[in-house]
Amino acid sequence: MKELWPLGNYWAHWAVFTVIVLAFAIVGVMMYIWVERRGFGVFQLRMGPNRAGPFGLLQSVADAIKVLLKEDIVPTVADKAAHFVAPAIVFLPVLLVFAVVPFHNGFGLLPDLNIGILYVVAISSLGVVGVFMAGWASNNKYSIIGAMRVMAAMVSYEIPLVLSILGVVLVSGSLSMNDIVAGGPIPLFLLTPLGFLVFLLSAMAEINRGPFDMLEADSEIVAGFHTEYSGMKFAMFFLAEYGHALAMSAIAATLFFKGWEGPGAQYIGVLWFIIKMVFVFILLIWFRVAFPRLRIDQLMSFGWKFLLPLAIANLLIIGGEVVGFGGDIPWWMMFPNFAVAGALILLFSRAYSLGGGRVEVKV
Amino acid sequence: MKLKFDHYGKGLAKGLWVTLRHTVRHRITTQYPEQRLNVSRRFRGYELVWDKERCTGCSTCAKSCLQGNIEIVTSRGAENKYVVEKFELDSGRCIFCGLCVESCPYDALFLSMEYECAKYRRLELVLPKERLERTENKRLSGYFRPDMEKALPEQTLLLDKAGKETQDLWR
Amino acid sequence: MEATDLKTQPFVINMGPQHPSTHGVFRMRVTLDGEVVVDLEPKLGYLHRGIEKLAETRTYTQFIPLTDRLAYLGSMFNNHAYVLAVEKLAGIRVPLRAEYMRVIVDELMRISSHLAAVGFFLNDLGASVFTPLLYMYREREKLLDLFEMVCGQRLTYNYMRIGGLSHDFPPEFLPAVKRFVDEMPFYMEEYENLLAENEIVLARSKGVGCISKDLAISASLAGPVLRSTGVKWDIRKADPYSVYDRFEFDIPVGEQGDNYDRYRVRIEEMWQSLRILRQSLQQMPEGGEFRANVPHLLYPPKGEAYGRIEGAQGELGFYIVSDGSIAPYRLHIRAPTLINITCLRDMSIGWKVADLISIFGSIDVCLGEIDR
Repeated sequence: MKELWPLGNYWAHWAVFTVIVLAFAIVGVMMYIWVERRGFGVFQLRMGPNRAGPFGLLQSVADAIKVLLKEDIVPTVADKAAHFVAPAIVFLPVLLVFAVVPFHNGFGLLPDLNIGILYVVAISSLGVVGVFMAGWASNNKYSIIGAMRVMAAMVSYEIPLVLSILGVVLVSGSLSMNDIVAGGPIPLFLLTPLGFLVFLLSAMAEINRGPFDMLEADSEIVAGFHTEYSGMKFAMFFLAEYGHALAMSAIAATLFFKGWEGPGAQYIGVLWFIIKMVFVFILLIWFRVAFPRLRIDQLMSFGWKFLLPLAIANLLIIGGEVVGFGGDIPWWMMFPNFAVAGALILLFSRAYSLGGGRVEVKV
Repeated sequence: MKLKFDHYGKGLAKGLWVTLRHTVRHRITTQYPEQRLNVSRRFRGYELVWDKERCTGCSTCAKSCLQGNIEIVTSRGAENKYVVEKFELDSGRCIFCGLCVESCPYDALFLSMEYECAKYRRLELVLPKERLERTENKRLSGYFRPDMEKALPEQTLLLDKAGKETQDLWR
Repeated sequence: MEATDLKTQPFVINMGPQHPSTHGVFRMRVTLDGEVVVDLEPKLGYLHRGIEKLAETRTYTQFIPLTDRLAYLGSMFNNHAYVLAVEKLAGIRVPLRAEYMRVIVDELMRISSHLAAVGFFLNDLGASVFTPLLYMYREREKLLDLFEMVCGQRLTYNYMRIGGLSHDFPPEFLPAVKRFVDEMPFYMEEYENLLAENEIVLARSKGVGCISKDLAISASLAGPVLRSTGVKWDIRKADPYSVYDRFEFDIPVGEQGDNYDRYRVRIEEMWQSLRILRQSLQQMPEGGEFRANVPHLLYPPKGEAYGRIEGAQGELGFYIVSDGSIAPYRLHIRAPTLINITCLRDMSIGWKVADLISIFGSIDVCLGEIDR
């Protein structure tokens, strides 16, 4: 380890940062829920919650207390062990992702882990197992439909996600999160706009949010895989969903917006990091407010036929530029990159149609 | 050869722009119970008000109620006039349609402007004669009573509060 | 073994009476093969209240509040159809000013009902935090304020009486209607910008739930569902009642009969309603009676009559058989939504579960009318 803070002792470093990461995750999720509900109000010409505490800040606390006091109902025909363990398996990867996020230069639990971003990709795909366990163990047809959908969707959106992350890795030359932030003068959402777009859309599909939330579609399958959950276990799923969104915003802020850098970054670097994270999740809220949701087969076709070719094209472009300029891509390359991104999106949209049609059924 | 580009995201961008424009508009929430809006002058409120002086016990209201919610028991009093002994309304079953108010030939029934009439027990919804009497503090609505209607305040309309003039903050 | 030889087993799912988006208590037994709908059976009757039987023991005026509670999102239409049927039966002439007042209130009701229908259709498509619904409900709130001004309630109006209406318009009503009609095009263009070219809405609703012209006519569908298949049939033009023959308006028709066409037909009908409102505000006579002189207890002659109007969901009709007494002998309600629902199975076989919900939402049901 390069810098072990405090005390230079590994165990103290681990203990202090575990507490910081846990506190950040849980308080961050509560703040995220508050920002989301007030944000919906701003977009929809209404106030969000404003009764519990000043400006409704304690609304999440009130919800948590309500949920703790509820009865925990387990169906008699459910698979008890899987039903019990599933919320934990869904929530755990979310917390583990925060371990490698750098809050400041070298300040984090393991910010300069030399396989940083690979660790993130590997751990975040463990959540799929938990979701399927929840859907299967509930022994309910609606839950099975939801679980099948989510498995298909989450697995198939891993690929564009990883490819867009690979583009970032190519530019900065290292897998460690700390070095990704430190490399290059301009933020990557300007230099590689196509990569940012692919990452944002794949992340929205990974966390089952926004226009891609068919698995908890309230209007179709009641509540998807968490229909049969009540009480604290339901709250764990809720926390896991928002925590995953928070983790993806933190990753996006680190990879594409240069994390903690900004004017006066030596003293208030953590504040810049939080501001950039908030900006990314306001983008997520905006996308959720404006659009209806895609059907499951349209979602799959969007991921495989639109995002995947764009991600591969992005990788080719960035690879070509890195090799051509021998390492550092100059700042004026962002204009050609924007033009190429626009042209590629236009061309691909011509060649692509959303989803299958009617299936012939022998009655 | 002309290429036609149709679904590259223009509609999505327009949708994003419309939702963004809404963020700079006035919010149209009313913080009840601190702020209350004025209801209409002909509001069919949830209480029936009975004027004891004008009522003659003819029971036209009880006959015109479509469910039979009004129960009237009269006896013959002095000068061959009816004395109303029991005038009870089952306000739990009443649908506040106003047919009784419309049909009273002596203008002795009114609907009120109240809308906060919840009770804890269902028996308390059956209102006896004393509860229905017209007193000073009951606000009467102008439904089928044009002379009441003129004295009431005007209704607050959402058209005034959120019309086109109050659209964006910079106007 | 090829992939087409894989045996799958269809399973039966019950979209029960308590479901977040079946627009009321409606139950469907759906047979699914994976995600594809193979068979569908609607099971009705959860909101049956016996309204047709109750009519036999109520006088003609006493029945009007009960008609409010049929298709409760369009109460004025129910009132109007019933009152029209009774006036046909008893031969009562309605004064001219009352006819214009009825037209104004009907068209405002049509706009309000279509706003609710389109808003809930988009909600079923999955705009998951109700954004289009809330924008449309903002306009609907303005309309409900206008209705409250004129008759005292926001949902169950009890406004029309046999021979006219119960109250005259208050003096501030017509200027408020004029203001609403002037401001509404701005908001309707906002809805167009938000949704009409949205790729997700197009992908979810174009081509989904098609119904052919011949099936629509032979199943006696009506309203926007029929007009979206290309049949130009509107009772306001085909069998004009009230003063509709004095107005100029078009009938929007669709082409394919899919979800997107039904949505577009409703939006275009709202534009046409605004046109009718402008003309009726100009043509309305200043003074005059708003209610004909009808006895309090009406004894219509023996006979039968069928009164029909173009409601928001289609042809709404009341069939009354009278035997000369103060209550009808038999009253039957032709509910347009019940007849539209009979084609749900044909529209949704072969589509997926998500489409089933959106097809059901685009028919615009109101359970009060289906189960009566």
